[in-house]
Amino acid sequence: MTTFDAELQQHALFPLRARALETLQVNVGKLCNQLCVHCHVDAGPNQTGADVNMSHETAELVLATLQQGSFTTLDLTGGAPELNPSFRWLVGEARALGLTVIDRCNLTVLFVPGQEDLAEFLAAHEVDIFASLPYHAAERTDRQRGRGVFDDSIRGLRRLNALGYGMQGSKLRLNLVYNPGGAYLPGPQADLERDFKARLGSDWGVFFNELYALTNLPIARFLTFLKRTGNEEPYRAKLRASFNPAAAVNTMCRDQISVAPDGSLYDCDFNQMVGLGVNGARQHLRDFDGDLVSRDIATANHCFGCTAGGGSSCGGATAG
Amino acid sequence: MASYYDDADLERYGQVADGNPELFESFLAWYSQAVGGDGALSKREKALIGLAVAHVCQCPYCIDSLSTKCLESGADLAQMTEAIHVAGALKAGSCLAHAIQMRSKHDSVSM
Repeated sequence: MTTFDAELQQHALFPLRARALETLQVNVGKLCNQLCVHCHVDAGPNQTGADVNMSHETAELVLATLQQGSFTTLDLTGGAPELNPSFRWLVGEARALGLTVIDRCNLTVLFVPGQEDLAEFLAAHEVDIFASLPYHAAERTDRQRGRGVFDDSIRGLRRLNALGYGMQGSKLRLNLVYNPGGAYLPGPQADLERDFKARLGSDWGVFFNELYALTNLPIARFLTFLKRTGNEEPYRAKLRASFNPAAAVNTMCRDQISVAPDGSLYDCDFNQMVGLGVNGARQHLRDFDGDLVSRDIATANHCFGCTAGGGSSCGGATAG
Repeated sequence: MASYYDDADLERYGQVADGNPELFESFLAWYSQAVGGDGALSKREKALIGLAVAHVCQCPYCIDSLSTKCLESGADLAQMTEAIHVAGALKAGSCLAHAIQMRSKHDSVSM
């Protein structure tokens, strides 16, 4: 039994059980126009291989799964998901089914050659945009995501605002995703949202709907950073010490399935990166079974990242 | 002993209770009430004040702890640096203010 499982058991939460199949989160590939130091999927411009990017054949399996009817939301992530050739097709088909579609957008992809009409496409299909922005000022954002990313992100946000995204009275939703710039936990989500709204509004004339605060999990590129700086053990200890049972009750894995670029199934994006499949086994989208709704979640010690403090999920804090 | 200050000792802070747990518990209750949550001051304002005081006290444990607390409350490096400048300026100012004491003594003993 892992330390995380023992902690769950202490709070009568072991095993963690799934409770719904609401969101199908699909990682369409590791190709990205950015190279962020904290990236937990090791995405980047050089990740062009067929083995790390979803084929159209697998995208068709995604659609077939959505057509079975249990999911209400398609959550598209990457890399920069928009760079996958099947992205727009998948968005169109999922919207035609009446599903909510989320695009986890890095904002700078809006200016990649060939993506000039992306913002208009997303607006036309009423796609919810979850945009990464680690901070409301350039220095900290650029240190994490690359030089010039903050200015381009502001340009992207203004472009989305001009289309109605994030504006009062508009149905086009623009949410920001914050993550700490190092080996510490995010502050209270509501406080961060208030700060971001004030600063982005007054300094840049930029508006958005909600801010979601995410905790950095000690895997992939962020783990490399922790090791290199001698922060790994203190950070893991902090995550363990900050275990919050209220956050554990609402972890995102309980309501979703995560699909890897090759079509294999996981409880979440993080399990996907460490190769921990649903039911602790390797299962493929072509064998998708609605019984997964009653599965036990596969857990490991990185799960402390989702249960620390206010909790963390792809939809932000999970505890009260 | 290799060093008077070891960052691993921060984790041993609870051992301060040994010898008189009641007093330490009283301190912790007061500390968490005064520092821990939003009150008339926000958690962030309290963390920035704490960081400034930690520098005046020159306590490396407090500086480590309060630096993290500042970041986790949403403060940034510019705010943290400014808080320390406030502390430094006050410290320097209070030092210089004692020059009046020096002048009084000088004047009282000088012909």
